[in-house]
Amino acid sequence: MAYQQYLLVCGGTACTSGQSLELAANLEKGIEAAGLSERVQVVRTGCLGFCEKGPIVKVLPEGTFYVCVKPEDAAEIVKEHVVKGRVVPRLLYDEKQAKTLVGEENIPFYQKQFRIVLRNCGVIDPEKIEDYVARDGYKALEKVLFEMKPEDVVDEILKSGLRGRGGAGFPTGRKWQFAAAQPKGQKYMVCNADEGDPGAYMDRSTLEGDPHSVLEAMTIAGYAIGASKGFIYIRAEYPLAIHRLEVAIKQARELGLLGDDILGSGFSFDIELRFGAGAFVCGEETALLQSIEGNRGMPRPRPPFPAVKGLWGRPTVINNVETLANIPVIIMKGWQWFSGIGTETTKGTKVFALTGKVNNSGLIEVPMGTTLREIIFEIGGGIRNGHRFKAAQTGGPSGGIIPPQFLDTPIDYESLAKIGSIMGSGGLIVMDETDCVVDIAKFYLDFTVDESCGKCAPCRIGGRKLLNYLKKITDGRGTEQDIKDMEAICDAMNKASLCGLGQTASNPVKSTLRYFMDEYLEHVNERKCRAGKCAKLVRYSIDPEKCKGCTMCARKCPAGAISGTVRQPHSIDQTKCVKCGACESTCKFGAISHG
Amino acid sequence: MAKLTLEALRKMRNETQQAMSMRDSSKKDVQVIVGMGTCGIAAGAKDAFGAIVDAIASKGLTNVLVRQTGCMGLCHSEPTVEVVAPDMPAVIYGNVNADVAREIVETHVIGRKLLDGHICDRPSVDIIANK
Ligand SMILES: Cc1cc2nc3c(=O)[nH]c(=O)nc-3n(C[C@H](O)[C@H](O)[C@H](O)COP(=O)(O)O)c2cc1C
Repeated sequence: MAYQQYLLVCGGTACTSGQSLELAANLEKGIEAAGLSERVQVVRTGCLGFCEKGPIVKVLPEGTFYVCVKPEDAAEIVKEHVVKGRVVPRLLYDEKQAKTLVGEENIPFYQKQFRIVLRNCGVIDPEKIEDYVARDGYKALEKVLFEMKPEDVVDEILKSGLRGRGGAGFPTGRKWQFAAAQPKGQKYMVCNADEGDPGAYMDRSTLEGDPHSVLEAMTIAGYAIGASKGFIYIRAEYPLAIHRLEVAIKQARELGLLGDDILGSGFSFDIELRFGAGAFVCGEETALLQSIEGNRGMPRPRPPFPAVKGLWGRPTVINNVETLANIPVIIMKGWQWFSGIGTETTKGTKVFALTGKVNNSGLIEVPMGTTLREIIFEIGGGIRNGHRFKAAQTGGPSGGIIPPQFLDTPIDYESLAKIGSIMGSGGLIVMDETDCVVDIAKFYLDFTVDESCGKCAPCRIGGRKLLNYLKKITDGRGTEQDIKDMEAICDAMNKASLCGLGQTASNPVKSTLRYFMDEYLEHVNERKCRAGKCAKLVRYSIDPEKCKGCTMCARKCPAGAISGTVRQPHSIDQTKCVKCGACESTCKFGAISHG
Repeated sequence: MAKLTLEALRKMRNETQQAMSMRDSSKKDVQVIVGMGTCGIAAGAKDAFGAIVDAIASKGLTNVLVRQTGCMGLCHSEPTVEVVAPDMPAVIYGNVNADVAREIVETHVIGRKLLDGHICDRPSVDIIANK
């Protein structure tokens, strides 16, 4: 006979150090004493996230979520919950906040994530159109084609408050309205699946996990604006996403969900793929259109906006993958439902690729208005290896760094802009005290200089100059005047660049200067990198008092820079040292340090 | 395949929904679902998939359907495998290498017990099923 109830006890590192294994043993004993071993199983799990509030116990099948459970709480959980079927309120997580964020959606117990875009990812087989259809797939398309006029569709999206998830946050309904208002004739619907920021993989995962949602959304958009042709611009570096899209398009055509006279409605729409060669600037909409037309991908000034003059001079709407994946749900559940989620100015959810120094890196989707603290410490399970949170980078090379004082800022387009970052497409990179902010700014500048198309001078020259200054500073040759010059260049690039790439490329520098000026000054005045990242500024030394002469470090050193006699204090030859830090991590006596 | 009319699409949705709710207990009533996004595959999801298929064949199980799906979002614990069996809660296992995959078949599918040490939390409620 199967069990009827399961107590999942978190066995992640943080929870086990909080005695979760003793707790599990106590629960097992209690259940046995109650004679229920046949009916209730205690299971130790992997990390359930939420490490801040561990140890965690989750009861299945209903999903009760207990936090901060101690071994001595086991008796009460068994007596009350297992035997009598009553929850133990004092151990529950406060669920009030989640309820207000996600509107009337019924959340039985505490849950931080809310999946609209990723609703089918990890649920359906992406290569089976039947799976998508069974989960209400193409139901929004039915509704649109048979019950709504094109202007009703535009209106619905407008009222929902949906804004572009590709970075700029432009209201999607307004964009559709512009294109729909253009005179009849050939129009185009384009999906931007170029996704090139370092650390971002939201759009790729969405296409890999649920390609039909984007096809359905593009068809709906085509109907709304009067386009009969769509293109998905996807980078060739995403082979699995391309394969799944190809399979999906083929299936949709076979069933008549793409092509002529869709479902007998009289509306015709078809989609083709266009592959990008992996240039970051081709994600910018005007460069992307050039690339689809077969030209070199270079941006042009706007206006005219693509909605008026786009592909081959025809009205064209360009939307991001994530923006589109929201559309079928908004149509099915109505704009009221969607606009009930999120903040005043920013409705719905956001998908983030959470990476860097967090315990649980992953692809997450949260209601707008969730705080960075909730994302990093509850969903992400906190900082790895017991290190301290230093900053988070959102918006990739166009974004900025967010220091600890803003951990509790509810995330939306406006709040992030106010603190000098941007929402961007959703990369979220977490850093700890071993990351150097100057080095990070240098990393992003290196990227944008590499990816600049070179058409306009502010971006081409300004970016190179900024990068040179950053290299000078991290090499220990910088001056305070350099910092002042950098500020001026940032401003000029921001104001005078042709496209978003150059306009935002200085953001990582600007925001690190804003929040971590002291570290820049340390680099130039004291020739010091407190994170120990800037190799030329780091000096490893051995404390002769603590050194036991065990020779471990000398044997580990790849440069042969450490010498000394056995049982005598060793020393490091600074001219040979390559600052790899191998000696410091090898020393068992804490005798080696860097500064 | 013939082009669908509106009625045919609705019929197809109903039929697949019923098939997915697995009311027909004489056939496949257990589903083992392997996350096969780029992340899962890079972490070894194909090995896990192969080990599950082999274990099911060698045990002569005929009631188990092995499926693939996209990324479940748990990149820190890839490869991930979900098991849906009657009268048991659907759970997601993380860090499933070939050995763990065999244990899942042994313990969960055959033994009808949850496997220790590998369960991950389900990321969120399902907005489609929770209509
Ligand atoms: C340098 C640069 C790169 C961009 N890369 C992308 C990208 O990879 N994907 C994307 O959707 N939008 C990207 N954008 C934004 C697009 O120009 C455009 O705003 C977006 O695709 C519009 O769709 P949305 O309104 O749905 O967000 C980029 C912009 C710039 C300036």
